[in-house]
Amino acid sequence: MSGSNVASRLWDRIRRRDDFEPDLGWVLDDSRRKWMAEHTSGVTKPDPALVIKNLRRTFGGLTAVDVDHLEIQRGVITALIGPNGAGKTTLFNLLTGFDRPDSGSVLFDGRDIERMRSHVRARKGLVRTFQLTKALTKLSVLENMKLGARGQVGEGFARSLVPPLWRAQERAIEERAMELLERFSLAHMASEYAGTLSGGQRKLLEMARALMSRPAVVMLDEPVAGVNPALTQSLLEHVRELPIEGMTVIFVEHDMDVVWDISDWVVVMAEGKVIAEGLAEDIGKNQAVIDAYLGSGDDNNGEAP
Amino acid sequence: MALAAIDWGFILIQTVETSLGLEAAVYALAAVGLNVHFGYAGLLNFGQVGFVAMGAYGMGLSVTLWNLNPFLALVVGMGFAAAFALILGVPTLRLRGDYLAIVTIAAAEIVRLLARSTTLGEITRGAEGLHGFIGPFRELNPFDPGAEYGIGPVQFGGNQFFAIVVGWALTAVALVVIRQLMRSPWGRVVKAIREDEDAARALGKNAYWYKLQALILGGVIGGLAGMVQALGKATIQPDSFVPAYTFFFWTVLILGGVGRIWSPVVGAMIFWAMLTFFQGTLTAMVNEGLIPTALMDTSQVSQIRFMLVGVGLALLMVFRPQGIFGSREEMMLDVR
Amino acid sequence: MAGVMLLMAAPAVGQSSETVGTRLRYQDEHGQRTPVEGVVISVAAVDGSEVGAGHTDSDGVFEAPVPGPGVYLVSIDVDTLPAGIRLREPDRTTVEVEVLESRDGRAIFSLISGNAEPMEESGGVSVRRVAQLTTEGVKLGLFLGMAAIGLSLVFGTTGLVNFAHGEMVTWGMLSAYFFNYFGLAGIFGFMAGWWPPLGEGVNLIFAAILAVIVGGTTGFVMDRWVFGPLRIRGVSLIAQMVVTIGLSILARYIFLFIFGGNLRFFRDYSAQSALQIWIIEITPKDLITVVLSVLILIGVGFFLQLTQTGKAMRAVADNRDLAESSGINVQRVIRIVWVGAGSLAGLGGVFIGLAEQLSWLIGFRMLLLIFAGVVLGGLGTAYGALLGCLLVGIGIQLSTLFIPVELKNIGALVVLALVLVVRPQGLLGRRERFG
Repeated sequence: MSGSNVASRLWDRIRRRDDFEPDLGWVLDDSRRKWMAEHTSGVTKPDPALVIKNLRRTFGGLTAVDVDHLEIQRGVITALIGPNGAGKTTLFNLLTGFDRPDSGSVLFDGRDIERMRSHVRARKGLVRTFQLTKALTKLSVLENMKLGARGQVGEGFARSLVPPLWRAQERAIEERAMELLERFSLAHMASEYAGTLSGGQRKLLEMARALMSRPAVVMLDEPVAGVNPALTQSLLEHVRELPIEGMTVIFVEHDMDVVWDISDWVVVMAEGKVIAEGLAEDIGKNQAVIDAYLGSGDDNNGEAP
Repeated sequence: MALAAIDWGFILIQTVETSLGLEAAVYALAAVGLNVHFGYAGLLNFGQVGFVAMGAYGMGLSVTLWNLNPFLALVVGMGFAAAFALILGVPTLRLRGDYLAIVTIAAAEIVRLLARSTTLGEITRGAEGLHGFIGPFRELNPFDPGAEYGIGPVQFGGNQFFAIVVGWALTAVALVVIRQLMRSPWGRVVKAIREDEDAARALGKNAYWYKLQALILGGVIGGLAGMVQALGKATIQPDSFVPAYTFFFWTVLILGGVGRIWSPVVGAMIFWAMLTFFQGTLTAMVNEGLIPTALMDTSQVSQIRFMLVGVGLALLMVFRPQGIFGSREEMMLDVR
Repeated sequence: MAGVMLLMAAPAVGQSSETVGTRLRYQDEHGQRTPVEGVVISVAAVDGSEVGAGHTDSDGVFEAPVPGPGVYLVSIDVDTLPAGIRLREPDRTTVEVEVLESRDGRAIFSLISGNAEPMEESGGVSVRRVAQLTTEGVKLGLFLGMAAIGLSLVFGTTGLVNFAHGEMVTWGMLSAYFFNYFGLAGIFGFMAGWWPPLGEGVNLIFAAILAVIVGGTTGFVMDRWVFGPLRIRGVSLIAQMVVTIGLSILARYIFLFIFGGNLRFFRDYSAQSALQIWIIEITPKDLITVVLSVLILIGVGFFLQLTQTGKAMRAVADNRDLAESSGINVQRVIRIVWVGAGSLAGLGGVFIGLAEQLSWLIGFRMLLLIFAGVVLGGLGTAYGALLGCLLVGIGIQLSTLFIPVELKNIGALVVLALVLVVRPQGLLGRRERFG
């Protein structure tokens, strides 16, 4: 079956992590075209972290999300693309529990998480960032980071009044926070208010904060929107490293260069539905997808690597 | 000049008395609670006076109805305020902030109306107010009720002084607890929820539960304010809990600077100093005929006081939300 | 009109020795407080020993000096009350009073005049009563709804909960009162001799129209000089909400300062005998205001549904950004919403004043009921606000079948909390506003 053929290529890719460069010489032949046509969505993955089944969400009369079947492979970077209003952010909200579907279910590590509230999902390792950054402006950068850590003893009301119970843990968290800040070149800002950071720095902070919790799945909503080119590169470097540390990454992005650059797998959405999914290079070669949804008028966008 | 006829010494003494005495202590405590709500957790509590009333009635009824000892009465008063917080918080804290505002302002008025209703008259003594509970508390008074305590011309009677000392002592305890909480990871989460609830939830924090805890904590401190007031006045009048008083507490809080540990204390002192001085001066001017009685009589002076607080609250909120000592920069962080 | 009166004596100031006493007055059918003279009052210590006794004087006042601070019992001899005057609570003939240092003790006996019913008893569910109460409820609901639409539209278009909206209701009511009694400028003494409507009072119908204009102007002023500039300054909605609170306190106590704490009535139409329609009794003025408010509300509905401006309002309430990008002048729409809200609140105030008494505090009381209605119907929706208020009005009146009258408004506020648990978006609200 050609579908499993593609999936096994994905699997190969995961095993050859160091061999990251996209396969430039790969040609979209007729059989693959045929596969794309047959498998607009719902291809099974070797080891899915998330499985979405019949997920539907309507606003008034408008269907925002209507996904029959979608699996997110563990340990790879999956990009979610599509025109404005395609339902990408709504899907994010549904996956993370910030919105409730009208019907359908989401399996995380094989378990139905439909009834879990958003913070419980986050504790289970499903952590997201937001399209508009949510740096906590009146907390210091370091405090922002510390907030990300999971399982803090001192977050209980009674225990918080007894510092000896949580001081050691606090120190460990602080060390890890400083390490991450170092990696994201924010260490020099650690004691500043997060409100003093630039937009790009806030994006970095938000991602670093998400990583504080050692998540299993990181969901980034437009991680490089509004970030200057220099910072974008370093941010993308960080995203690339995440699967190596065993994390699954899902991200929404409009900048196609970024999508081709870092994603392993691309899911294309339109009008709430998944209209195609495949390896980044396959999707990049699919003229129909490019024409219809990625804005063919723009020279830079939609160009395959 | 007729201004010389005014007894400025008397007005000044009164000013100092209220800004150090029972009024300031009660308002400081109530505003400490409000600071937990609004300053740290970002909760819009527009009915703090309801918590104050619950604390006062809880304490008073423990004695008049159930004959409990003073310490148990204190616990019951705190329990009343905590229960009130639960009733208000459980339905509203999942919703947008304005719902809490609407429900708290309504609930505080319900408490007052119920307390002064004839239906509950047997228990709460209706509009006359509850009294006859002070005895057991007075027995704990280490000060001589007949003696005067104070410095120089500022003197308080023994019973009054006891209530004042208790009030400021409770304020100190509350401040220590809150300072500890706000330096802990718990406080970090609460402040994060104030800044952005969704961000906190995305990081695995149960925003609803933390908001509920903060509402209870601030409400219980508000309840303590009510108990101190009852202790000082020896009576609990339902009409001393009119909705406008909640916004006196707000004014106190904003004067001192929202979200700072000392702001309620500083705010309460400044608030009462200004209010008493103003009221004293105006009353004296009416009495001396400097303001014609056709324009205003002395009973209307307190109405002017409310107007002044209304204007002050609105202006402070727009022009100096950081308080009279706060720095502008910190407030500007949101804007970027 | 039930002449129910409850009065506390003014606290005496600056007396060295304390007294205990009472002041007996009731409100007659014209709303005048009438002192009750010659009633026997006795004051006793808690052990029952008599401290003093005597008759009330021509001001209805009786005072007896007492030895010092403490608790005293004040008793009234009901047999000495004039004919037709009774205690509102017949069993409360003795009242406990606490005397504090340099503060007199005052007993409160609330008196009612003959034709008023004593403490309406609950119970007695009859078709007649249900029909009557439903009518009263519809009336209250319509008046609340008229005020509520403005609150809801202001919220819908700006996101601001206006806590001063109740004062806009009072403002309409009180300005109508002033026009009714004094004319446009009659309060300024030197113009008092001028012809109406400048120097003298005008008929209430004309006064009501003036009050609506005043209300609309107030709405305009609020947006043009207060909330418009605040929006442009980028002041947060929370801060703006606190500003509305500040303004409401300011306005409320200005009303008290000018108007006093007494209940009053309009000069016209205050005493009317009821018409009997089927089994329902309704006064002509109530009938007319009910019909008028139905017509006005239908008119508002047509305006929102059919006119360009009305559609723009709904579009802005629906999705402000979308409306802005599709070329709607959002600031202009908000301005119109404020003017409309002020006018409707003013008219609602006049109608409420006509149905009940005028008071400086009525707006705040109504505001809480309006909140209940608006949340029940769905915050931000015009029709939801109306539906919610109608239900709240009817609910309040019918609840008196089962609970004491004095608790009826509390019931509405309890419903408010329950709605938030069960269906926070309200009856006509949509779910995605929440979450």
